[in-house]
Amino acid sequence: MGFTNSPDRTPQLASAKIVVAGGFGTGKTTMVGAVSEIPPVNTEAWLTQASRTVDPETGGDGKMTTTVAMDFGRITMSEDLVLYLFGTPGQARFWPMWDDLCRGASAAVVLVDTRRLDVSFAAVNYFENDSDVPFIVAVNLFDGEQSHDPADVRDALQLSPDVPMVACDARDRRSVVETLTASLTHTMRRTAPPRQGRAEDRRAVH
Amino acid sequence: MTVNPWVRPYVLTGGRTRTRHRLFVHTLIAVPDYDPGYSQRLPPEARALYERARSAVQSVAELSAHCGVSLGVTRVLIGDMAARERLIVNPDAYSSPYDPRLLKRVIDGLYELA
Repeated sequence: MGFTNSPDRTPQLASAKIVVAGGFGTGKTTMVGAVSEIPPVNTEAWLTQASRTVDPETGGDGKMTTTVAMDFGRITMSEDLVLYLFGTPGQARFWPMWDDLCRGASAAVVLVDTRRLDVSFAAVNYFENDSDVPFIVAVNLFDGEQSHDPADVRDALQLSPDVPMVACDARDRRSVVETLTASLTHTMRRTAPPRQGRAEDRRAVH
Repeated sequence: MTVNPWVRPYVLTGGRTRTRHRLFVHTLIAVPDYDPGYSQRLPPEARALYERARSAVQSVAELSAHCGVSLGVTRVLIGDMAARERLIVNPDAYSSPYDPRLLKRVIDGLYELA
């Protein structure tokens, strides 16, 4: 794999990123591990931004680094294309880290556990309000089957109708691949330039 | 594993927190021409990153995690070495992470995995 990108030829060496978010225990690490060629790097040694972040939970005593437990995986798709998956650190106090992880991401997947929807509220909220990265919601089927009506889950999460929701078994490689594909397909649809006619219709309404 | 847990990050970076290059966590880094003499003269954190980057093209996040150097410090040190052309920061092949050509390449790659 060399850095011999010529300006007008494709394909070029590229890396892409999908963010996997969701509350604690929703299966983020499992999901990353199901498709990653490296064991999910779960590192306590990865600290937040040097010298800029003051961690409120240490009393703001000027301590300048904070240990973050987070994990990521890697899929080498071809000689010149690598896909990275980044699981977000669950704790709310690491939100500056979420911004960092989401910068340059092609898509995001918010994992939810229907038995504990509340732990993923913050993640849904983040992507609806604080991030431009297009996201989908994936219901993790821990017991292999969907026990809740998707409409109820959507309702409970107060999900806007244009956010796709899929079912996923985070342990299953094929299922995870399908979920990741769904997230990228959603991004493609969301970011496609609006068709001329429709944009005009919308303007006419106002 | 942390290279040196007792040294504050700003000491390692000379107080700097920013670099000229745009370094996402998934930006790929490579060593163009490995120079053992240069490596020898580097401080431990930079040397760890340089040596690791030499082994294979990999992301900023991988370098940071495997060398036990915090992400912020890793960015600054990579920026320094890139400014001296000791490291190459892979330019973004696409202007946007939503570029349909990039999305299509990744989707095609995922189909092959399934």
